[in-house]
Amino acid sequence: MERREFLRRGALLAGGTLLSTSVAFAHADTHSSRFVLVILRGALDGLASVPPLADPDYAELRRELALHPAGEAGGALPLNGFFGLHPALGFLHDCYGARELVVLHALASPYRERSHFDGQDVLENGTPRPHALQTGWLNRALAAAPVRGAREAGVSVGQNVPLVMRGPASVTSWSPSKLVALDEETLARVSDLYAGDALLASRLADALAADALASGEGAEAAMTMPQEAAPGAKGKARYTDVVRAAAAFLRPEEGPKVAVFDTSGWDTHANEGSAQGQLAGRLAELDAGLSMLRQELGPVWKDTAVLLLTEFGRTAAINGTHGTDHGTATAAFLLGGAVAGGRVIVDWPGLSRRALYQGRDLAPTLDVRSVLKGILAEHLTVPSRALELEVFPDSAGARALRGLTRT
Amino acid sequence: MPASIASAIAANRFGLGARPGELALIGGESHEWLRAQLRAPAPALSAPGLRSSAQILAQALELRRESRAQRKVQSAASPPAPENAVQRLPQYLRPIYTLEVTARLQHAVSTERPFLERLTQFWANHFAISIDKLFIAGLAGSFEREAIRPHVLGHFSDMLLAVETHPAMQLYLDNYLSVGPHSPAAQRRVRREKPRIGINENLAREILELHTLGVGGGYTQQDVTTFAEVISGWSIAGEGGRSGGGDPGRFLFRAELHEPGSKVMLGRRYTQEGFAQGVAVLGDLAAHPATAHFVATKLTRHFIADEPPPQAVARLADAFTRTGGHLPSVYAALVDAREAWLEPLAKYKSPADYVVSCFRGLSVPVEADRVALTPFEVLGQRTWQPGSPAGWPDRSADWDGASALLKRIRWADAVGARLGNRRDALQLAPQLLGANLSAATGEAVMHASSAAQALTLLLASPEFMRR
Repeated sequence: MERREFLRRGALLAGGTLLSTSVAFAHADTHSSRFVLVILRGALDGLASVPPLADPDYAELRRELALHPAGEAGGALPLNGFFGLHPALGFLHDCYGARELVVLHALASPYRERSHFDGQDVLENGTPRPHALQTGWLNRALAAAPVRGAREAGVSVGQNVPLVMRGPASVTSWSPSKLVALDEETLARVSDLYAGDALLASRLADALAADALASGEGAEAAMTMPQEAAPGAKGKARYTDVVRAAAAFLRPEEGPKVAVFDTSGWDTHANEGSAQGQLAGRLAELDAGLSMLRQELGPVWKDTAVLLLTEFGRTAAINGTHGTDHGTATAAFLLGGAVAGGRVIVDWPGLSRRALYQGRDLAPTLDVRSVLKGILAEHLTVPSRALELEVFPDSAGARALRGLTRT
Repeated sequence: MPASIASAIAANRFGLGARPGELALIGGESHEWLRAQLRAPAPALSAPGLRSSAQILAQALELRRESRAQRKVQSAASPPAPENAVQRLPQYLRPIYTLEVTARLQHAVSTERPFLERLTQFWANHFAISIDKLFIAGLAGSFEREAIRPHVLGHFSDMLLAVETHPAMQLYLDNYLSVGPHSPAAQRRVRREKPRIGINENLAREILELHTLGVGGGYTQQDVTTFAEVISGWSIAGEGGRSGGGDPGRFLFRAELHEPGSKVMLGRRYTQEGFAQGVAVLGDLAAHPATAHFVATKLTRHFIADEPPPQAVARLADAFTRTGGHLPSVYAALVDAREAWLEPLAKYKSPADYVVSCFRGLSVPVEADRVALTPFEVLGQRTWQPGSPAGWPDRSADWDGASALLKRIRWADAVGARLGNRRDALQLAPQLLGANLSAATGEAVMHASSAAQALTLLLASPEFMRR
């Protein structure tokens, strides 16, 4: 039945392209724990997503984009009295209430410039510098974690593998396709042709393994669209369908245990909106996708931790075009049944002009690598030594933040 | 290096993939074949129905104004807006996109100056805009025709100015909205106690980071902010309901939005007034050594290797600096680079490279409808949709994913099934791959169990995956 659903989803996915979203998976033999990393590319506005409503400087910096306090019409959703949650994040708010969401704030990677592309590179390569390594921290963590015997360490929904998942651990990619599979004889001949080409031979083997995982039994499944995804916005259906596919890979006992998605569209330079508008629409879409992820993961949600990260934040003050420009620290979210939630973890630096980083951005007080070390060590049982040496080189200053998940 | 390997490199790495007969035409004159493509002026891309950006944009702005007005009337009268009112703009823009992409593809598949066309596509990607923004779907093609093509064989500085003053770039990176905080328009609003308007630094940052100096090019956040003030007022006529005259859909400098006064940027003071100030800064950026290095690195990565040999980069940068950014001189240094001719299959093809080389190699006619665009979408590289101003990436690891490879093979199989009986793979193999044709591929094609399978194996071969 699961396989059948999965195929249906595959058929649906084939209808759209995956230009704005991709998913990668990997095995990690860490009892039953699942880990999902969602990269929000484009720099999420942390001050809009998790507004510091009680900060005395917030309203003046955010002007017409400032969210109203909890309780007012269109107001933020209440968190802990000081912070609120953007009203489009209803599911996340429910998770907070159920103690399944940790909100992290004033967090940043070691990167201190404002290029999206270098910022994403640092976020993914796990070092303090852009382009210092051509592999990603999640892959290196998988390589260091106790790996089960399977040949395939992973699979990627999305044609290619994002940097965070590239590296020594064998990782593959999977994406839905309308293209017809080759007959066995032709496929065998192509494989023979790749015998002398290590890269293509391993990629083809990886792809076929992922394909087998994705199809399995039930190839006759009805190619119909799930009801909820049928009408309405095309982009939304596309994103939620990728989420469904990810869940279908993660759910089985014998499947991969780690997934990476990415989403884009967070670069809100102009007309960002407030309780409603451009960013609110993106957040609502993200929120709906996460809600669907929980639903689709079903019984394994209790073993799952989902981490949402972005490369950096945005300016504390709004710019001249009702938006925000590239900034520094931002918010992140950790949710799931395995998360010790219901908390906002922050060492709040304040928003006074003196407190702002370079007089313009929320100042970072928490290193993203501390969060990652804590999750990888406790949820995925990656040895600490490996975390310090291979996974996050030059990170001695970022000590693991413990207790984020229930172990 | 044998001439046969050089010709395969010329046609497949510098060009867009050999057409039947092309390798024979090149013969032992690979360098000359490439240089000759740079001599005559770059041709304009023409096809029935192609229009200027100004015409396209003026009509789009008018349509948007109408549909907004219509929506207002309808919401006042309460029945919900019919779908077609909302859909009119996309319905107007999509066919323009299709027309532009097919014209571009037809040209790429048939051109006898494929090196020049690859350079054109390189620059369009260097100055990338992406159709994720609605209006860009209608403007990406005309942007390339107007701002890129006329300057591919000219000077970098001219291309830079044409790009940054093009309405498509102004729209894509939000600069048309940017207002100097001390401009007359902003001051008027302060006096009337209206919400403040001001700078948007998106375009200024990406010009520095992606178009000229490169991310390590030595600029600061203060330079970004100042540059945004320098180019405040660079805008589009007819956009945003602002006054100021001009022909709708064309670039317009709006003095009332421009931040007045002299400015210091990258250690230099600019005392020009108005539009001339931004032009002066762009001129200096184009001539900056960091720009020469950045452009040389990208060209070397695209034409020589994922990890650009530093000596080749230095020679290209030197040619750039010595000639004031005269691009054909830089290309000549590229052709002359010894490193370019050492490794026969140094680059993994991007999906677009792969599809275009299939079309060229098999002489596939490009139909003037969406059908020809499908493979680009299916294989993961929809034309003019890199999704970010950084453009498409240019290293093997960005494209050689497992799923991506399997899709390519399946698509090749579909092509084999469709054309197998009308193309002779055995005869084509040496014509497309030349000296790069391996014994294994030759054998596999020869002993294939059908003509269709022979073609599939040729297109799926390791040497056809690379250039």
